[in-house]
Amino acid sequence: MKTSALGQIVRWDVVVTILLIAVFFGGAGLSPDFANTDNLSFALSDLGEIALIALPMTLLVVCGEVDLSVASVLGLCSALTGSLWDAGWTFETIVPAVVLVGVLCGLLNGLLVTRLGLPSLAVTIGTLSLYRGLAYVVLGTEAISEFPQQYADLAVQTVPGTPIPYPVALFVLLAVITALVLHSTGLGRSLFAIGSQEEAAFFAGVRVKRIKLVLFVVSGVVAAFAGVIYTLRYGSARADNGAGLELAVIAAVLLGGVDFDGGKGTLGGVIAGVLLIGLLRNLLMLNDVATEIQSIVTGLLLIVSVVTPRLIVSIRAARSRRRSAAVAAS
Amino acid sequence: MSQRSFAPRRAARSFAAIATAGVLALGLAACGGTTKDSGSSSGGSAGTGSAASANPNAPIKEGLKLAFLPKQINNPYSTIVNNSGIAAAKEYKGEAKEVGPSDASASSQVSYINTLIQQRQDAILIAANDANAVCGPLKQAMSRNIKIVAYDSDTNPDCRDIFINQASSEEVGRSQVKLLAEQIGHKGEIAVLSATANATNQNTWIKYMQEELKKPEYKDMKLVKIAYGDDDDQKSFQQTQGLLQAYPNLKGIISPTTVGVAAAARYISGTKYKGKVVLTGLGTPNQMRKFIKDGTVAKFALWNPKDLGYLASYAAAALASGQITGAQGEKLKAGRLGERTIGANGEIVLGPPFTFDKSNIDEFDF
Repeated sequence: MKTSALGQIVRWDVVVTILLIAVFFGGAGLSPDFANTDNLSFALSDLGEIALIALPMTLLVVCGEVDLSVASVLGLCSALTGSLWDAGWTFETIVPAVVLVGVLCGLLNGLLVTRLGLPSLAVTIGTLSLYRGLAYVVLGTEAISEFPQQYADLAVQTVPGTPIPYPVALFVLLAVITALVLHSTGLGRSLFAIGSQEEAAFFAGVRVKRIKLVLFVVSGVVAAFAGVIYTLRYGSARADNGAGLELAVIAAVLLGGVDFDGGKGTLGGVIAGVLLIGLLRNLLMLNDVATEIQSIVTGLLLIVSVVTPRLIVSIRAARSRRRSAAVAAS
Repeated sequence: MSQRSFAPRRAARSFAAIATAGVLALGLAACGGTTKDSGSSSGGSAGTGSAASANPNAPIKEGLKLAFLPKQINNPYSTIVNNSGIAAAKEYKGEAKEVGPSDASASSQVSYINTLIQQRQDAILIAANDANAVCGPLKQAMSRNIKIVAYDSDTNPDCRDIFINQASSEEVGRSQVKLLAEQIGHKGEIAVLSATANATNQNTWIKYMQEELKKPEYKDMKLVKIAYGDDDDQKSFQQTQGLLQAYPNLKGIISPTTVGVAAAARYISGTKYKGKVVLTGLGTPNQMRKFIKDGTVAKFALWNPKDLGYLASYAAAALASGQITGAQGEKLKAGRLGERTIGANGEIVLGPPFTFDKSNIDEFDF
């Protein structure tokens, strides 16, 4: 009884949240430049794209899939934004056009996974390379800059009267929607069902393929939109934009306690994971910790996040074995 | 989990509907019509309009905080540049450090700039990975009176006070010819082994080489061929071979590219041409050390990275102390390097390229 209560309390997403709070207050104590609105506002905006893409990624990982092509979709859409802008398109038509490309990218991933039954890890490693290649076809090694001021402002400025950058506000809105979908709708329960027992879910009437396809498309759309934000935020469209970002996203999702095998995880944990990685990095940078050490710390944190929950499970299993042995003995 | 909770079909459909609605909403925004030509672009021409006037006699402030932000840390070349700049800061009792990303992507420097703003540095010295991606935060830094010095790789000129140019194109081109001429006694056929046929920097340098060759002292020298090795080791190697076979009287080769000069040296070192054909160009000490030691190459050039860091460091200190503002014509006092004049667009040229030979090559590791 006691151990299972402990198991309830020591959920990994709770641990991450506690770590996050510790980093925040520890950081505030360590460096006066950390917990001021300026720095936090900046640290948040630096996380914008990662946080946005982490939302659909959470849903995908929960149902046992993964999309590694997100950063390449971001790069392709950034390159497209630049080249279309350079070709004289209006920014207002570029955005829907680029989002449409995101839909197509996601659709290709989704169809390959669901119709041909290929593993998403393999498919999206392929499209990771494919979409990045297309980005270079679109823009080469050029960099396009000088985007319209009113939109560039949207990507960097904060909602008036708050320290919250617009992209982060968008993230909050989408996070609420995603959390509702994942944790209080039938669809959300279906995702967990698919992730823990795909066949069982299928026989229970869950339209597994349809749901996965939609998730890949949503992932593509969000990555495309993140590409536009990224381009505006840095004021530079390049084919190599966001290279490697997919790993940061997946790191945050795993750190947030989502089981890579699917079926387990909470969105709150992922959000805490994104914030923990971001704030920790910011704090280390402010204290002039060398880049190598930063990446070692992040790496260790990740390993701990994967190992700890399994450790808790096996300790719990060992205890209950011992207890049942004791019961049998008496 | 109850059976009732599975309403996936409807749910999936409504999810798809939400996604579509999102796309449509974005599409609906397509009314205003902002294009490239409708002005008010974010690159801006605002400039900083350094209203403050320079006081050339102001002393360099003590305890200035400087940060070098290279394209990428742990790159041997930038380590030399930055360590030299950090050492220079000790001369004027400042504190300098090097921070930076482990990858040289366009955006990775931005978080570092923001951190440096928070740390209230007096100056940031940056080798920009992307001239525009770093602009926003650099402007923010400038608005907080942090001085910006670009070195090695310039930013958009609006976003920095000064750019330290490692070598002017004209000087690179002309000095390459001089370097070769003095080794072949201003006489004989010469060739150029370039990178690609459309590389801007290569073509500018070659143009100045041809200008220099028009001077009377080079009347006995003749440029017979410009070959292109495409900055590919194998191809540059073959091009060298081709040049030497096609022009048996060839006295010298200039290869103003680090890939080309190393490949040409490798070819020459293993053939009868060693010691007969003079090779020079732009190379790095680590690639060329072997060929300097075995006598294939006597001299080659590049800028001196130590001087680059040193000059940038002094420029940052002079800006932060109000000695200069970055306006054209101001004089920068740069310690042991003497004085430099600020040119158009806030540019300072380091000086003529630095010549590496047997006597100094072991002082450099990059």
